[in-house]
This record gives sequence, C-alpha cells and structure tokens, in this order.
Amino acid sequence: MTSSTTPARPAAGPAARHRRLPIGALRLPGPGRTLSVRWDPRATAVGALLALAAAAVGVWTLTTGDFHVPVSDVLKVLAGEHVPGADYIVGELRLPRLLTALLVGAALGLSGALFQTIARNPLGSPDVIGFTVGSATGALVTILVLGAGAASVAVGSVIGCAVTSAAVWLLAWRGGAAGYRLILVGIGVSSLLTAANSYLIARASFNDAQSAQVWLTGSLNGRGWEHVWTMVATLAVLGPAAVLLGRPLRMLEMGEDTAAALGVPVRRVTSGALAVGVGLTALSTAVAGPVPFVALVAPQVVRRLTRATGPNLLASTVMGALLLSLSDIAAQRMLAPTQLPVGVLTGVVGGCYLVWVLARQWRSGQG
Amino acid sequence: MSTTAPAVTGSPATPPVSAPPRAGRAWHARRAAGLLACVGLVLVLAVLGIGIGAKSIAPGDVVHALLTRDPRSDDWIVVRTSRLPRSLFGIVIGASLGLAGALMQALTRNPLADPGLLGVNAGAAAAVAGSTALLDLDSFSAYVWAALLGAAVAAAAVYLLGTRGRSRATPVRLALAGTAVSAVLTAVVNGLILLDPLTLNRFRFWQIGTLAGQSGSVLVRLLPFLGAGALLAALLARPLNAIALGEDTARSLGAHPGRTQFATMAAITLLCGAATAAVGPIAFVGLAVPHLARLITGPDQRWLLPYSAVLAAALLLAADIVGRVVLANEELEAGVVTAFLGAPLFIALVRRKRIAQL
Repeated sequence: MTSSTTPARPAAGPAARHRRLPIGALRLPGPGRTLSVRWDPRATAVGALLALAAAAVGVWTLTTGDFHVPVSDVLKVLAGEHVPGADYIVGELRLPRLLTALLVGAALGLSGALFQTIARNPLGSPDVIGFTVGSATGALVTILVLGAGAASVAVGSVIGCAVTSAAVWLLAWRGGAAGYRLILVGIGVSSLLTAANSYLIARASFNDAQSAQVWLTGSLNGRGWEHVWTMVATLAVLGPAAVLLGRPLRMLEMGEDTAAALGVPVRRVTSGALAVGVGLTALSTAVAGPVPFVALVAPQVVRRLTRATGPNLLASTVMGALLLSLSDIAAQRMLAPTQLPVGVLTGVVGGCYLVWVLARQWRSGQG
Repeated sequence: MSTTAPAVTGSPATPPVSAPPRAGRAWHARRAAGLLACVGLVLVLAVLGIGIGAKSIAPGDVVHALLTRDPRSDDWIVVRTSRLPRSLFGIVIGASLGLAGALMQALTRNPLADPGLLGVNAGAAAAVAGSTALLDLDSFSAYVWAALLGAAVAAAAVYLLGTRGRSRATPVRLALAGTAVSAVLTAVVNGLILLDPLTLNRFRFWQIGTLAGQSGSVLVRLLPFLGAGALLAALLARPLNAIALGEDTARSLGAHPGRTQFATMAAITLLCGAATAAVGPIAFVGLAVPHLARLITGPDQRWLLPYSAVLAAALLLAADIVGRVVLANEELEAGVVTAFLGAPLFIALVRRKRIAQL
C-alpha cells in the first residue's frame, strides 16, 4: 500500500543518500554557516557516464567522416604537433565544430534547467515559452534589415531574447508568474514572433532567405574557432553565476513561501536565474541558431536518470553537451552526402519526446 | 462556453450581453437584424478593399466597375482581375476560418482553440511542403488534397493526445498538444525546404498567409470544399447545442455525441485544410472571432456560427486593408496583421483568472 502505489518517495529517502561534505575553509559570514556541497552518488555516477559518452562522441566525430583520421593523429593535433592533412581537417574543421556543439549544448542544457526550475514546470524551457524565437527575431532583424555582420548578430540575438523574456514575464505576471500562465503567454508571444520571422524571410532576397532559413532551423555547419571562443566566454561568465544560484534554487523548489521563510531572497534569486538563463539562451542562439528542444529535453532526461530532486544543474549541462554533439554528428551522417542542419533532427526527435512526455503524464491523470 | 446564461439585459439600445434563458421572437429578430448589419459591414469593407491599393479607385467607380462591363477601362481591369478576386478570397477564407474556430471551440469546449494553435495549420503546411518538395506538385488543385490530409492527421493527433486519460481536454492540454505536434511538423518542414531550394522559395511566400495574387479559378476550385464544410457546420448547430449541456443530457435528448464530434472534426478539417492550402496559414482569426461573436449572441450555436462566419470575413478583409495602408511602399500580409492583432487577445484570454487556473 505504501511504497508501490504512492509516487512520492518518503521524505527521508533522498536526504539520507546524500553525504554532506563540509568545506571548512569556506566559512561564510554569520554564526555556524559553512558552504557544503551535496554529494549524491547516483547523480555523480550519471554525470560521469554522460561525460564519458560525450567524450566517445567526440572521438567518433574527430576520427570519422569523408577523410578518416586515426586516433593517434588526432591526439598529435590536439597536442599541437604538425600532421599533414589532419592539421586542417581536425584542427580547423572538425574540432571547432565539435567544441561549438558541446558548448552550445551545455549552455542550452544549463539554461533549460534554470528556466524549468524557476517556472516550476518542465515545459517552462526557453524554446517552449518563446525566448529562442525572440532571439531569432532579434538576429534576423540584424541580418536582414540592418545587414550587419557576425558580431552584431550576437548583439541582436541578446536584445531580442531579453526583450522577449521581459515581455513574456511581465505579461504572465499576476502576483507571481509560475505555472501554466507563463507557458501559455509564451506560446502566444512565440506565435506572434513566428509570424514576424516568416515575414522577414519572405521579404529578403533569395540568397539571404536561404541562409537565414538554415540559421533559423539551428545549424552548426561551418562553425569555427570564433564561435568556440564566444561560447567559452559565455560559459566562463555565466556558469559560475549559475553554480552560485544552484543552492537557493533548490530551496525555491519547495515553494516561494517556504524558501522565503528559510531566508532565500526569492525575488533576487529568480531574477538572477532569469538573467543567467537569458544570457545563455541568447548567446547560444547567436552562435548556432534557435536549436529546438535541447533545453527542454536535457534536464528532463537527467531527472529520470538521476532520480534526484533539485535543478540538477551540472548533470543537465553535461547532458545538453552530449545531446547536441550526438545530434549534430547524426544529422551529418544520416542522409550523407546531404547534410541536414542539426535543428531538424533535434526538432523531430525532441518534439516526439515532448508528445510522449505529455501522453504519459496525461494518461496517468496528472496535469 | 458556459451553459449558464445570466439574463443581463441592458436598455433596448444596447444588446444583452448573453442570451436570456428563453429567447423570444423579439430576441431572434434583433439577432437577425444584427447579422444583416454585419453582412452590410462586410460589403462596405469589400468595396473599400477593392478601392484601396497602388491605384486608388473611388467607391463609386468601384461599384460602377462591378456592375458594368468595360474591358477598355483601367479601373475595370484592375477591379475585375485583381482586386475583386482578392476581396472574394478575403470573404470566403475569413468566413471559413471563423466557422472553423467556432466549431473547434464548441467541440473542445476550449476558449483557446484555434486552427493555428491546435496544429491544423502546421499539418496542412507540412503536407504542402512535402508534396511540393517530394512530388514536385505546384498547382493548387494538386496540393489541396495533401493539405486536407495533413490537416486531418494533425487535428486528430492533437485531439487524441489532448483527450488522453480520464479527465477531459483542458485548454492548457490542447494548447500544449498543439505546440508539441506543430513543433515536430515544423521541423519536418524545415528539413524539406532546406533540402530543396526551389521549395523554400515557393514555401516562404505561402507561409506568411496572404490574399494577394490569387486568381479567380482557384476560388472556384476551393468552393466545393469550403461549401461542404459550411453545410456540415450548419447541420451541426443543433447537435452541438445539445452536447453543450453535457454528454449524458445530450444522449437523453436524442443526440449522438460520438457522431457529432466526428462530423465536427470533418467540418473543421475541410474548412481549415482547404483555406490554408489556398492562402497559407492565417492564425488567430478562428480564435478571436468566436469570442467576439459570443459577446453578441451568447452560447447558442445557431446564431454563433453565422455571426462568427460574417465577423471573421469582416476581420480578414479589414486586416488585408490595414496591411495595404500601414506601410508606405510595401504590403503587410493579412496573416502577419492577424497575428499581431490576435496574439494580444490570446494573451488577454490567458490572463483571465478562470483560464489561468485550469
């Protein structure tokens, strides 16, 4: 009667599995407050396995293709040695593309975990509530209307994403933005922006329309080192901020009132997480286009694998990296020699996953 | 939506907000007069729409060109070959989308139901892109069947997904199911149009939804589909009224809920599929207009359906005219205008407490 039928685990269960590692050196101001890290063996193992899988995808990506490069040569190139042929193919073509995929995927996974936690709903991810469409609109305006170069595309994307997220958040706000209202408002705003995007594409010249459409689908074709460095800088700034937010976000999952009673500055944590998530979404969209569903799926799959509560920020990041790099190599090889943009694959697979999640949830009578 | 109808009656000059429990003869007469006024509005908008454009034509000359035959006059040529088909398209497509939206909201008892949000447009779009890319079809009569099939499959998928489980389809569920199914179909469309540049070039103009550049012959081929859909809708008004009382009550009144639901789906598919195949996806008309019509008529489908059709025709004509005058040297397509008008309404509906809490 107790364990098999009730989905909710006994409250003591997960807490008992976590070891607390007090870090004495990091004593925070105030009596008896130490910074401790929750350590969940299962989550750690899942994270390590995901990282291994991503490494395997990396090896596969770097060695295979039209031109086979043995692992030893890849290692030499990585170490900076000169290998004729492999230098260019690995160092200039495959490696930057792989790194871009890993870093964009990581940013998307992390932003998905942040958004889903503050929306307290698995569907509150940036691609469902219109933030990616908004940054795409910003980028399309810079490309097609202002005719600006690659650097300003990022600026347009960030502005578009920030404006959209502010609009969605304000429109959904009625003494709190949580729940389905946020998602429905996001769906409304994104259908408005989709119309605007279609309009921009129809107005453009054919060549511009074609490249904009490829970009709008989400693609990693021809990504080079400049994209890698953009993403490295993004994650170097926003990653630590997300880590700092992880602990108060976990407490927010108990509800805003409880968290506030436990001393969490709810407003500040929510708006901080929103800002970090917007930055991650906007810059990864600027680099790879609005790649659909990675931000939605990564935290969801991680939650099923780790069975841990909380935002699972680190594992979601690794999962995002794995998902996008795997999708990209699959999209390149599936219809070879024709190369599909990666967004087609993540869109179809991620959309089917969403259908499955909804069907499962509703059959069991939730939502 | 709700079956409880408070008898809020204003002064004789202002119509009642919703239907009194028992509609008398005077009430029906007022509804009929209102409907006639709306038809008059559509005619005025049609004449205005024919007159406004790169070559402005005064309303009097428009009426003259419509009533006479003078192939040597520039006005006559412009009116008969380009402006008149365009206005007729606006009327026919608008009425179809309004009817489809009203049927959809009645069927799902969902105030957020709209062919665009529930994936019907995406289904038709995917089928059109598929048939142009894979089969190289380029004529309306070829891909209208594909669009109908795509619309039917997507509508069925969204409806089945949204009604899964024991509880009925809530607005949130159907909107999410529509989003999920549309997302998959959009990704498929993206893949198809990127593999074939020619398809992209055809598709990007179709995708925004426009009344411009339509020929009268397409309209003629469109009419059987839309006519069948509209006829079906007319036959469904009474059964849908019965179903609104609850399925058990409806059964005891002699209605067949299952049969009615199937016929409603068929009507929606015919109306939306054919309309979308002809002019591209036009969002939010089917969402907005039934809400507007319900303010005038109350929940009675026998009045709601005709009002929705006429008001939607007026809205689409107005959107087309607005799109022609709002920018200096360019045109804003009707589909873009309706999206910009409709999305705020959708958000206002979502913000209303009753829906947000579902």
